[in-house]
Amino acid sequence: MAQLTSDDVRHIAQLARLRLTDAEVAKFTPELASILTTINKLSEVNTENVEPTAQVTGLHNRFREDVIWTDVPTTEEMLATSPLPISDQQIVTPSAHGER
Amino acid sequence: MNLSALTITQAAERLQKRDISSTDLVKACIEAIEKKDKQLNAVVHRNFERALFEAKNIDSEKKADGNPLRGIPYLAKDVYCEKDVPTTACSNMLRNKDYLPPYDATTIRRLKAVGAISIGKTNTDEFTMGGSTETSCYGVTKCPWDVSRVAGGSSGGSAAAVAADECVFALGTDTGGSIRQPASYCGCVGLKVTYGRTSRFGVMSMASSLDTIGTFGKTVEDAAIILQAIAGRDPLDGTTGDVQVPDYRAALAKGVKGLKIGLPREYFIEGMDPEVETAVREAAKAFEGLGATIVDVSLPHTDYGIATYYVICPSEVSSNMARYDGVRYGHTVKNPENLIEYYERVRSEGFGPEVKRRIMIGTYALSAGYYDAYYRKAQKVRTLVKKDFEDAFQKVDLLLAPTAPTPAFVIGAHTNDPVQMYLEDVFTVPASLAGMPGLSIPCGFSRNNLPIGMQLIGPHFREDLLFQVGHAYEQSTDWHTRKPNI
Repeated sequence: MAQLTSDDVRHIAQLARLRLTDAEVAKFTPELASILTTINKLSEVNTENVEPTAQVTGLHNRFREDVIWTDVPTTEEMLATSPLPISDQQIVTPSAHGER
Repeated sequence: MNLSALTITQAAERLQKRDISSTDLVKACIEAIEKKDKQLNAVVHRNFERALFEAKNIDSEKKADGNPLRGIPYLAKDVYCEKDVPTTACSNMLRNKDYLPPYDATTIRRLKAVGAISIGKTNTDEFTMGGSTETSCYGVTKCPWDVSRVAGGSSGGSAAAVAADECVFALGTDTGGSIRQPASYCGCVGLKVTYGRTSRFGVMSMASSLDTIGTFGKTVEDAAIILQAIAGRDPLDGTTGDVQVPDYRAALAKGVKGLKIGLPREYFIEGMDPEVETAVREAAKAFEGLGATIVDVSLPHTDYGIATYYVICPSEVSSNMARYDGVRYGHTVKNPENLIEYYERVRSEGFGPEVKRRIMIGTYALSAGYYDAYYRKAQKVRTLVKKDFEDAFQKVDLLLAPTAPTPAFVIGAHTNDPVQMYLEDVFTVPASLAGMPGLSIPCGFSRNNLPIGMQLIGPHFREDLLFQVGHAYEQSTDWHTRKPNI
């Protein structure tokens, strides 16, 4: 079984911007350890001199002409999906520094 | 016969002759949904008024258009953006505000262009993460053959809706088996396309190097008709290939004589349901009877598929889910102390447990010190899995395998064991990692009267070959004509 402590889980959650309750930490710690054990099976495979695959059909960078496409939603339509207040075509988020 | 039970081919023929109208068809689907969906829970958003309006417009056209999809009602998985129709990925992250997309997914737009009519959205696991729809914020979709069982997933709503004749066809997504497995559990035809055959634009991403846009239908011919309308390069999705789209229906009548079909030995394993094995081996015999040759082949890295998938998929999930931060769309919270706290509270309240699990596994696998051991290692094993298929296709034209190790399982059976749930994908994940197309077709029933599915797997961009072979099988059997009693 892969080793994973509840502190590890709290740390990962913080990196992922998730806030877990103690009950969630208790539940996720063994579950994630068991998933990692399954994943660790990969270490059995000899991958020396094997190139990694990121794109399966062999496509490389594709380019297109830099033309403006106008058949798109308007700024207002795009902003309308936000749950936060809109001011001057910008979304007003909570302050990064904690002041309201 | 209920009109919603018609195939696309049958419905199109009757629409052309004006035996029936598109309004009749849409109404029949609405009635079926109203009658059956209280039990099934396959449809999560209903778009009936607009559908009836569109049907009326099509019916009033003087000259009938030749496209077989004109006037045909369909359902789309709840991750396909459709302008002004709620699209929530069955997640509380988007549900509370019922996200209304300001644009159409390319696939929706292409179907609209040929006159197909969207009548609503189907249930899925939250953000397509799961194999049973049990992680949906709207609750599980039930198998139309036995409502104590799951319909499969993640595209379980689409599979159940097609099997129960709540629509003529449906759209789904397949990242590691999410079309093929529910098609197998519900007894319909599920197509997972080659990576890049169809556009992903406007469909909520789970794992971008694996996600594909595909279909559920009542016959192989219907799958060919739908793919014809949605396949091909899209400037809005740079991963769509510049590969010509063939005439898929023209391939149907070619038969299987002279074809070599590989039976991969790693897909017949200990622990699989013996009834599934028997059904697939019977299908292999049927193909021999039709003139194909069955060849024993080996895909030696099959056993590493799940481990590879459950590194690559969660890693890409952790990145894709970063956009759900309560700023541009979705869930929000009141009175946060600061921005970081806002993100954390939005995400903790909005995401369910399976999404959190995958985000955390992915975050771990991509973090400093673990990247090489997990993500890069998995990408290398992915190369080997893909090479297995390429080697096999040197010897055979296509592969035949079971779609899932068992028929539909009982609701709740794997709830407390995520790894056991992941193992349901053991036969579908390898083709996903390799980007190969797969077609799941009904090939029998268990003693409990549950459908069993087999999958045909072909080389990249050879959906035409899968249709050709699948259609030949369908013509010689009647599994696909059986209907659940619901």
